[in-house]
Amino acid sequence: MASSPPGEPGDVLPLPYDADSLARRVGPAWKETLLTIYRGMLLGRILDQRLLGLQRQGRVGFYGPAMGQEATNAAVAAALGKEDWVFPGLREQLVALLRGHPLPVYLAQLFGNEKDPARGRQMPCHPTAREVGYVSMSSVIGNQIPQAVGTAWALRRKGVAAIALACFGDGATSSGDFHAGLNFAGVLRVPVLFLLTNNQWAISLPASRQSAVATLAEKARAYGFSGSRVDGTDPVAVFCAVRDAREALLKGEGPRLLEAVFYRMAPHSSSDDPTRYQPPGWGEEARLHDPLGRLEPLLEKLGLVPGPARDRLREEIETEVRQAIQATEPLPPPGPESLFEDTYRHPFPPLTEERDRFDTEQGGHFP
Amino acid sequence: MTELTLIQGVNQALREAMKADPDVVLLGEDIGVNGGVFRATEGLLKEFGEDRVMDTPLNESGIVGTAVGMALYGLKPVAEIQFLDFIYPAFDQIVSELAKLRYRSGGQFPCHVVLRAPYGGGIKGGLYHSQSTEQLFASIPGLKVVVPSTPADAKGLLLSSIFDEDPVLFLEPKRIYRSLPGEVPDGDHRVPLGTARVAREGSDVSVFAYGAMVPVAQQACQGLDAQGIHAELIDLRSLVPLDEAALLRSVEKTGRAVIVHEAPRFCGYGAEIAALLAEKALYSLKAPVVRVTGYDTPFPYALEHLYLPSVDRVSRAIERTVRAA
Repeated sequence: MASSPPGEPGDVLPLPYDADSLARRVGPAWKETLLTIYRGMLLGRILDQRLLGLQRQGRVGFYGPAMGQEATNAAVAAALGKEDWVFPGLREQLVALLRGHPLPVYLAQLFGNEKDPARGRQMPCHPTAREVGYVSMSSVIGNQIPQAVGTAWALRRKGVAAIALACFGDGATSSGDFHAGLNFAGVLRVPVLFLLTNNQWAISLPASRQSAVATLAEKARAYGFSGSRVDGTDPVAVFCAVRDAREALLKGEGPRLLEAVFYRMAPHSSSDDPTRYQPPGWGEEARLHDPLGRLEPLLEKLGLVPGPARDRLREEIETEVRQAIQATEPLPPPGPESLFEDTYRHPFPPLTEERDRFDTEQGGHFP
Repeated sequence: MTELTLIQGVNQALREAMKADPDVVLLGEDIGVNGGVFRATEGLLKEFGEDRVMDTPLNESGIVGTAVGMALYGLKPVAEIQFLDFIYPAFDQIVSELAKLRYRSGGQFPCHVVLRAPYGGGIKGGLYHSQSTEQLFASIPGLKVVVPSTPADAKGLLLSSIFDEDPVLFLEPKRIYRSLPGEVPDGDHRVPLGTARVAREGSDVSVFAYGAMVPVAQQACQGLDAQGIHAELIDLRSLVPLDEAALLRSVEKTGRAVIVHEAPRFCGYGAEIAALLAEKALYSLKAPVVRVTGYDTPFPYALEHLYLPSVDRVSRAIERTVRAA
């Protein structure tokens, strides 16, 4: 990996690629791949800016931005196969969108309205998108890790040539289920890729306080498989690393861990105030490692998306986002009958009785 | 019909399910080569292979988390938790994931896992091999909780659980794993979840029990016949869903209720039954509802015979109820 590792303030080298090296590393379709990734990154950034704004205006209840993670998310989406399954951590919503989850449906989840397939049951940024193999997430850190192992086992048993991708952050490496999941995967040798998105902060705790090891990636060795680190602000590096790991997994070479390191460029969530814990200058340093700021000069150099085309692309995405918001925001909340559905396949007493007396109860006429 | 023990009923159900459906897979600690510490999975590794009978590392959260992932992709995993006492590392996976996946995904990700766990006392197991904590799980929306008390029901309820569409915690009364053999129907014998069993008909008082307390209550009821007290014994079989109608029907007939369980009384499952009777059968009751339960302490070792509801304690409670009014 030729690009500079994060963590060296003020010393950010340009992405070290030219047409030849890209063709060699990414393949003959490198231009399309790079443009797809760039468009995805822009969509992620624009959505974050727009939705944080809506949250501040009280139009969305909560928002968890992924600024800084765009290169990793977009490159992962480009490298995965259609049949692969994604177990998201906290900030991989963009992966669902880039795998084809419709933007208006995603927004309906944020607004918690009737077009949300999960019927407004989860707080924003918790989409569920089975149609693109994107598993419903809980807010509990690390729980998805052994689940991805189970799905990988099922994929193998059913003879499906696909992998399970478990995404989680640096904080999750301290969870019990990180240990459980990686240990099971090592023993069972199933096709699961552990994608550790290290944005260097778990709310207020820096990664250096999360673990005493030099790099989180090396934890994989203790479970009997390889772990490697990649610059998560370099989409080419992430794309190649995920693609190569995926190919190894499909050959039956057992699980892998990939640690993508980047900078959290925004608060943990709309409820967080990082000035309470981040050292002065962190924000500036993070901006130096802005993945979009790194990719755009390369695109310019390659003549792929020159300035005016970039502006047009940005406008096009902004329009798409604006129209989707306009179409989705006014929709009504899910119907009250949805309160009583999906807890069980077929509800039974006392739930059915609660449902049947709901109208009366809500009207203040208790039986 | 074949005479089998309860644990053999479990084993037969697993074998039938695996023969009927290639998606049924087993996982857990010591369940493969060793056939399970209680031998519930004896012979299954040999018959179905490592691909379907998986000895796992020793981590309950890993077992349940892995089972969840298998189920999400369409397998029907049956995971063994060696003792209910060891299930708590997996509590998060059960409460936050297994029980909520269907709901939080709007039905996109139903997650049908069966968790089998031996539970209860009477085997000199002390605090960590004896507990009954079914009430913790019965209070989690999204889970079903099933407890057989006979070999036939162990088979029939387990088969129904495996082919149900919701996650099921299947609690096995290990105290009577081998002590009370009974006739078990051959083949694909299923007992629907949510149906209580009238273990004994009677007219004077309704006794509600489940699991290993059913034979204790049965003996108590039989002993009272000589005194002219005819007790009806209802084996709940399924705590969630609860067969409310069967309970109410019985109390409407007898006007009296005694509830028996091993778990501590406070906030125990019996409290739910007592509340149900207060809400829906109050005018049928002729006497206060009585609970015979474990004491509100952790589970003891040396004095477990005094902690667990005994035939004698249950008999006295029934008598007291009948004589109350």
